[in-house]
Amino acid sequence: MWRPCGTFDDTYEKDISIVRTPAQWSITVAGLAVLAVLPLFASGYFMTTVNLIAISIISAQGLGILTGLTGQISLGQGAFMGVGAYTLMMLMNYLGFSFWLALPCAMVSAGIIGLIFGLPSLRIKGFYLAMATLSAQFIIPWVITNVRPDLTGGTSTINIQYPSLFGLDLSKQSSMYYVIIFFTIAILYLTRNLARSKIGRAFVAIRDNDLAAEIMGLEVFRYKLLSFTICSMYAGLAGSLWVLWVGAVNVDSFTLHESIWFLGMIIVGGLGSIPGVCFGVIFIRVLELFVQQISPPIAALFPDAIGAAIKSGLSPFTFGLVILLFLIYEPRGLAHRWEIVKHFYRRWPFSY
Amino acid sequence: MLTMQFLVTGILTGGIYALVAVSIVLIYKATRIFNFAVGEMLALGGYFCYSFVVWGGLPLWISLPGALVMAVIVGALVERLVLRPLLSQPLLTIIMATLALSVLLKGIMLMVWTGYDVGFPKNLLPGKTVLVGMIAMSHELLWAFGITLVAFAGLAYFFMKTRTGLKMRGVSEDHELSMACGVNIVTIFAVTWMLAAVMGTLAGFLMGYRLALAPSYTPLLALKAFPAVIFGGLESIPGALIGGLLIGVIEGLVGGLIDPNLGEVSAYILLLLVLIFKPEGLFGLKRIERV
Repeated sequence: MWRPCGTFDDTYEKDISIVRTPAQWSITVAGLAVLAVLPLFASGYFMTTVNLIAISIISAQGLGILTGLTGQISLGQGAFMGVGAYTLMMLMNYLGFSFWLALPCAMVSAGIIGLIFGLPSLRIKGFYLAMATLSAQFIIPWVITNVRPDLTGGTSTINIQYPSLFGLDLSKQSSMYYVIIFFTIAILYLTRNLARSKIGRAFVAIRDNDLAAEIMGLEVFRYKLLSFTICSMYAGLAGSLWVLWVGAVNVDSFTLHESIWFLGMIIVGGLGSIPGVCFGVIFIRVLELFVQQISPPIAALFPDAIGAAIKSGLSPFTFGLVILLFLIYEPRGLAHRWEIVKHFYRRWPFSY
Repeated sequence: MLTMQFLVTGILTGGIYALVAVSIVLIYKATRIFNFAVGEMLALGGYFCYSFVVWGGLPLWISLPGALVMAVIVGALVERLVLRPLLSQPLLTIIMATLALSVLLKGIMLMVWTGYDVGFPKNLLPGKTVLVGMIAMSHELLWAFGITLVAFAGLAYFFMKTRTGLKMRGVSEDHELSMACGVNIVTIFAVTWMLAAVMGTLAGFLMGYRLALAPSYTPLLALKAFPAVIFGGLESIPGALIGGLLIGVIEGLVGGLIDPNLGEVSAYILLLLVLIFKPEGLFGLKRIERV
């Protein structure tokens, strides 16, 4: 942890605290205050975007734990979100659970499914593991659409009843925002602490060298499975909040495409960095919106048919290009850039 | 009788999967890169051929070689612009690079050929459905199977008899050793990507001719080659052929006899089982890790 010169910890509490300096405290408080009053000023469209970003951050943090910290690759994050979303929907619609009761159940069910698809990590890694999680991305949507279409609705969309909290109706983006942002901040806090606890250090040891980690006495398989479970529980939470966000659930929201985007987000942000993952999510989601905004004017420059084709292809084209450029020119992601900026600021004007 | 019919159709379809599988295996053997963009690359090849046939009005014996030439160019560009800057990068970077490449190529295809289905004229390849006893074999599948066999024979000749093939076999054994023997391995990587693009293009043309081409689902068909590759073993070219045929048969039988939707996913259930119980596949190298 980098700190300004002359900042010393004289108590244990100071040593383990997350927010350390007065400057950090003021930034934290100001940031939370801005987040708290945001819905009073922002438009509905803006809040929709913020909610989407917050939900994506939860899911991407899960993937960040699995891929960034533990070094395991998962191409099934979208599908695990789907597990959470469908569990929530079925518990609410058929068993009459309230949203708040169904939410932890959805997390647990996604965690268990993630655990099952993490099992091959006992024997395989790298490409093979990517393949095993890719199979999750095919098997889970198939189960959702085909096994009990009477319950899951097959490929059709199923609505849920919007929940309420202390009499507050959560059907509006600006009111559900508080629930989503609460979970996002809680998840960020949890992830930060997880990453520096015994578990998190075990994850990093496994990422850096799994054989060495095992020889040092870590139960590698147990920690890998734990990582898969935590990752999918985050996905389950994100999937449940996604249902709240859309007000409905459809299997098309949880495709391989989504999983690749999540991987892309954590790559752009910087692997193994918690603020980096947030940067990556914000960057990619804002880029997506930006492309959506600029593609109609660009398409208008061309004749109808060509314009429509360009409009449909611009978003994947930009996404692929951005990820490739990041991989080639800045493989450590936005988090690394952020560190450079911070160091520059700290040492200015006497940088060495 | 129905079982036999599904079996034969499965084997014939499996030929196309084998072509895709060998495209993956070639690249993996030489460069240790698993090409997740293979689906998009084959669809692109199919689209090149489509453009020559439909837009250019050229006969097939010009368009298909033309498409293969275009595929070689694409393969070389992909290697030069994407994978060469990433040489000796960590595994996740490489995986993500090919995934990003697949998204990028999909975007290009959407822009150039739009998202709508396009099909080849149905009389492009001569012949009609052959009946053996009660078993019908459609001519496009027979052609596909024939082209697959010819392609594999060509590969075998290339690896056994030509100097470049020999170098490629050397590179797939050991990068540093081949470098020490004076093989320019970067050139070999480029050749490998071109060869893989050619195999992919053949598969793309055959799939496009059999069904239709669309940026949304033509690449998905290639995802069925992944189980074939894992099943046959990532390092084995005969394994790719056998794995491809086997996946075709399993899909044909399960899809035909039990449930068409289950057929789609059966290959992936098999894949998961293979990965849990015999991760190196049928013919792959068993990896032993030493500290």
